[in-house]
Amino acid sequence: MEVKELICINCPMGCPLTVTIDGESLSVTGNTCPRGEDYAKKEVLSPTRIVTSSVRVSGGSIARVSVKTKTDIPKGKIFDVMKEIRAAHVDAPVQMGDVVIADCAGTGVDVIATKSVGHA
Amino acid sequence: MQYHDIVIVGGGPAGLSAAVAARKAGISDILILERDNVLGGILNQCIHNGFGLHTFKEELTGPEYAARYIAQVEEEKIPYRLNTIVADITHDRRVTYINREEGLVTIQAGAVILAMGCRERPRGALNTPGYRPAGIYSAGTAQRLMNIEGYLVGKEAVILGSGDIGLIMARRMTLEGAKVKVVAEIMPYSGGLKRNIVQCLDDYGIPLKLSHTVVDIHGKDRLTGVTIAEVDENKDPIPGTEEYYSCDTLLLSVGLIPENELSKGAGISLNRVTSGPNVNDRLETEAEGIYACGNVLHVHDLVDFVSQEAALAGENAAEYVKRKTARMEEKSAAEDGARKIPLIAADGVRYTVPQFLETDGMRDSVTVRFRVADVYKDRYISVYYDDQLISRKKKKVLAPGEMEQVVLTKKSLAEYPRTERITIRTEVE
Repeated sequence: MEVKELICINCPMGCPLTVTIDGESLSVTGNTCPRGEDYAKKEVLSPTRIVTSSVRVSGGSIARVSVKTKTDIPKGKIFDVMKEIRAAHVDAPVQMGDVVIADCAGTGVDVIATKSVGHA
Repeated sequence: MQYHDIVIVGGGPAGLSAAVAARKAGISDILILERDNVLGGILNQCIHNGFGLHTFKEELTGPEYAARYIAQVEEEKIPYRLNTIVADITHDRRVTYINREEGLVTIQAGAVILAMGCRERPRGALNTPGYRPAGIYSAGTAQRLMNIEGYLVGKEAVILGSGDIGLIMARRMTLEGAKVKVVAEIMPYSGGLKRNIVQCLDDYGIPLKLSHTVVDIHGKDRLTGVTIAEVDENKDPIPGTEEYYSCDTLLLSVGLIPENELSKGAGISLNRVTSGPNVNDRLETEAEGIYACGNVLHVHDLVDFVSQEAALAGENAAEYVKRKTARMEEKSAAEDGARKIPLIAADGVRYTVPQFLETDGMRDSVTVRFRVADVYKDRYISVYYDDQLISRKKKKVLAPGEMEQVVLTKKSLAEYPRTERITIRTEVE
């Protein structure tokens, strides 16, 4: 039996979680919502993260548009995703929710704009 | 002189939420004054996720969270002025602002809501020796440069202070290809949220050195390195523990200070601990009809709580305006017999917001927010009416970096009508 202490990162509450791994079964305590249990299981079996960054904009009112992976991606893919984000470039105008990179780094997850940027 | 029922100073998360709440409470004549060229305040540069789970039950980035409130302001057609700086507020609610279109304008407000936010403690507030080379930034300035203006501020960084913005920037710089060598924190615990330590430092193997500080800054034109040393319990550097880190960038994440020059100008008393105005349970300052909310009142960790607090200020300001209008028409009796009960922070509780309760007009429940002075394990948070224990709640961990709250109810206070003071304290057993 193995016990892992984690801190839930799903929301700013930061609940302290205890995951007990007993062969095939996992049990989670310390969570205050169902997301905590899901997170703990995922964090032990296949950790994921939402990646947020920004992408260069041409002709926009500001120089960068903020972006995020639409859903979480495998933790091990963070730098692959960042490589594509850092190489990306869009033209103004950009609407919040626009797909900036489709299927980023083979994760199957789109990178989308998290703010709107109008023309300069 | 132009008149508006409610004038809101600041169009960040607090001002936006206050405006929407005041409108929903039935006030149509509202004006938001914002010094930036967009609404949304600091959220515009907080491009990381983690906002809004309490408010919207989903996880948003800062700009997305701001957009939700901006959309409501637009929908409600609440007027706002951008690129407008408020120069002065008087005790009797005259607000003077300046912008390019109108010049200098003074307006009379029925109620004022202070929502100016906070600013970062600068290098000058720290006793760091050395020259003033380029490459030393407050964490929030670096955040703005990277996320909005598009400059990578450096390639090798050391971060002093483990406040949330510093932690977020450690990850941000790492993702953009910079090397963050270490985060040094003078206190024996981090000032940031636990989840940020996990998500921003642990994920990337960035060491956090507690009880460490920067004792020397090297470089004349551009920063070339810093010396970090361990500190003793008096925060004095321990000789022999110095370690040199070469770096071109030093980020300072050493605290936020509510921005209260305007409040002072209005003759509003400020709290020594929070650096924000003293307020009652309606978030009204000592100047009648002037309310405060968000980071100008006390620095928050979570924007969700800023929005909640600001909505309350908005509703209360709306009620005040309506009551005042009604009084003028009916000349009804003044609120005699209103009792003012101070809230006392004791035994590990550093401060409370509000600082006092007024029983007259008190809502059914009042949320009292506070911070503790140190990291405590397995302690109770207890509420006393005078010497009578009213409630206690056991907490596994309390930390100064995480705001706590207790709820006081009108019903329980009514059972102790002679209460002269309410004390909130931590207790071991």
